[in-house]
Amino acid sequence: MTNHSQNIEHITKMAAHMRRHILDMALEAGAHSSHFGGGLSVVDITATLFGAVMNIKPDEPEWDGRDRFILSKGHGCLGYYTALHEAGYISHDELMTFEKTDSFLYGHPVMNRAKGIEFSSGSLGMGMSLGTGVAIAAKRRDQDHRCFVIIGDGESNEGSNWEAAMAAPHHKLDNLVIILDRNRHQQTGSNAEIMDVGDAGAKFRAFGWHVEEINGHDVSALYETLSARRSDGKPLAVIANTIKGKGFSFSEDDNSWHHKILTKTQYEAAIEELASVETAA
Amino acid sequence: MILDKRKAKGLSRIGSRAAYGMTLFDLAPDYDDLIVITADTSTSAGLDRFRNTYPEKYLDVGIAEQNAMGIAAGIASEGMTVALSTFAPFQTMRCCEQIKVNLGYMKHKVVFTGLASGVVLGTLGYTHCCIEDMAIMRAIPNITVLSPADCGETAKAVEAALNHHQSVYIRLTGGSPNPPVYAEDYDFEIGKAIRLRDGKDVAIIATGTMVHPSLKAAELLAEDGIDAAVINMHTIKPLDTELVAELSKTTKLLVTVEEHSVIGGLGSAVAEAKAPLKNAPPQIIMGITDSYDKAGDYADILEHYSLTADQIAAKVKASFINL
Repeated sequence: MTNHSQNIEHITKMAAHMRRHILDMALEAGAHSSHFGGGLSVVDITATLFGAVMNIKPDEPEWDGRDRFILSKGHGCLGYYTALHEAGYISHDELMTFEKTDSFLYGHPVMNRAKGIEFSSGSLGMGMSLGTGVAIAAKRRDQDHRCFVIIGDGESNEGSNWEAAMAAPHHKLDNLVIILDRNRHQQTGSNAEIMDVGDAGAKFRAFGWHVEEINGHDVSALYETLSARRSDGKPLAVIANTIKGKGFSFSEDDNSWHHKILTKTQYEAAIEELASVETAA
Repeated sequence: MILDKRKAKGLSRIGSRAAYGMTLFDLAPDYDDLIVITADTSTSAGLDRFRNTYPEKYLDVGIAEQNAMGIAAGIASEGMTVALSTFAPFQTMRCCEQIKVNLGYMKHKVVFTGLASGVVLGTLGYTHCCIEDMAIMRAIPNITVLSPADCGETAKAVEAALNHHQSVYIRLTGGSPNPPVYAEDYDFEIGKAIRLRDGKDVAIIATGTMVHPSLKAAELLAEDGIDAAVINMHTIKPLDTELVAELSKTTKLLVTVEEHSVIGGLGSAVAEAKAPLKNAPPQIIMGITDSYDKAGDYADILEHYSLTADQIAAKVKASFINL
């Protein structure tokens, strides 16, 4: 078996495990509710990054040479915490404290470098600037790690993203990778209804980015696209077409799952669905 | 930075913005990991020489302050020393939430400086004036707020801020020239106010450009037999509450003077410190009353808001007599 196919198999399994953890966490969160849909749409992306692409040492979380990661759409944290767990930063017990009193796993990430949470986020439109700064620091210091930032398409309504979109190519940050989780929904409706970013790829390209548009649930495409390092001075924008609530038939593409309580009945149906997918795999 | 007569005079002549740029230029060799950022404001910040001499330590992010603050925090998160500056309203309000999340919440350390705060740019209108920055910055946890009294103190504040443990907002007021309060060297310590003049009747607590006319006002009051202490409250947060408590015991009237709104700035900070004290004296808050009424020439605006030495003295005298 080639290294490539081993990686794909590992990412696929990791994503399935993460979806199972997300169900457990959402159920445990109970009445606190959780950002279920937007967490599930990024799972295959974070599994690819933390499972195979990023150069990290979970037993040395602040290792200088590590690739940096920013979940700019902080509400997608279910897809972040579960990746950190699978990668070895967070224990299962810790994962199950999600949104509980005294937990360090809030409904939006709170910086905790020892646990692999690089930055706090939740207020939208800030991660691209932060990542631009991280990438500039690496360039100035001749360090070769990369910085990965996941943004949302609802988040792309924020103008500050486009300030960073202008700045990153200007400063030739080919060590910066933005992944747009293009699930086509935002808090209270579809992008089309509320505010559509439109042809996001064309927009990034116009600013001077190298753009790749892929299926955000095709882990093979994700792996190949995100693994490729650039040296042409162009930052990389990956438009990842995703499905909000991906993985469970009751939540896929249903925006009522933006932030919603998972019932025990739904949980059981989802576990069954996941098991059949795992068996098929 | 050691201050002497010549240096104090020289800095005073160029004004606080150029003093800021010159200080960073002088300090640059001491900081290997320094990054100085502007938002298309290198000239306004006196940083053109820095920009040409230390391009590897200089970064322009264009007229995009939200991005500027995010980039500053991102660089700071990598452990580098970051000094960012642009005009005060854009430095504090345009990117206010970036300050909250990146500097306050995550505690990434950035020294950020508001150029031409107060009303010195009055002829450009109130878009370019800033009478709100102390109030807003003071409300964000983990941010230290400095308001230097003159150009020499600006230099000292910049150096102290670079070495400080958390983010610092430096509020620069006044034009060029900017009258010096200090002609000789002195100890500048963040959080420790400086008593420039003793007095048992009234304590005038001033900050930024208002320290100089307050000293003059104290002289005028002395002629009328009113003994006024003058305090340079260069640190708005954390406030020197010990000194406020002491002055509340030793004087009969507190007066705060600031080139800032009377809401939320030095006056409010002193009032908050005084509130729990038993038998504390009354307080007069002098500053820009809650309005954008009077734009125009700097001196005219100060006079409109009763912030000249004569007006401060008259107001203190009237209040003191009526105690």
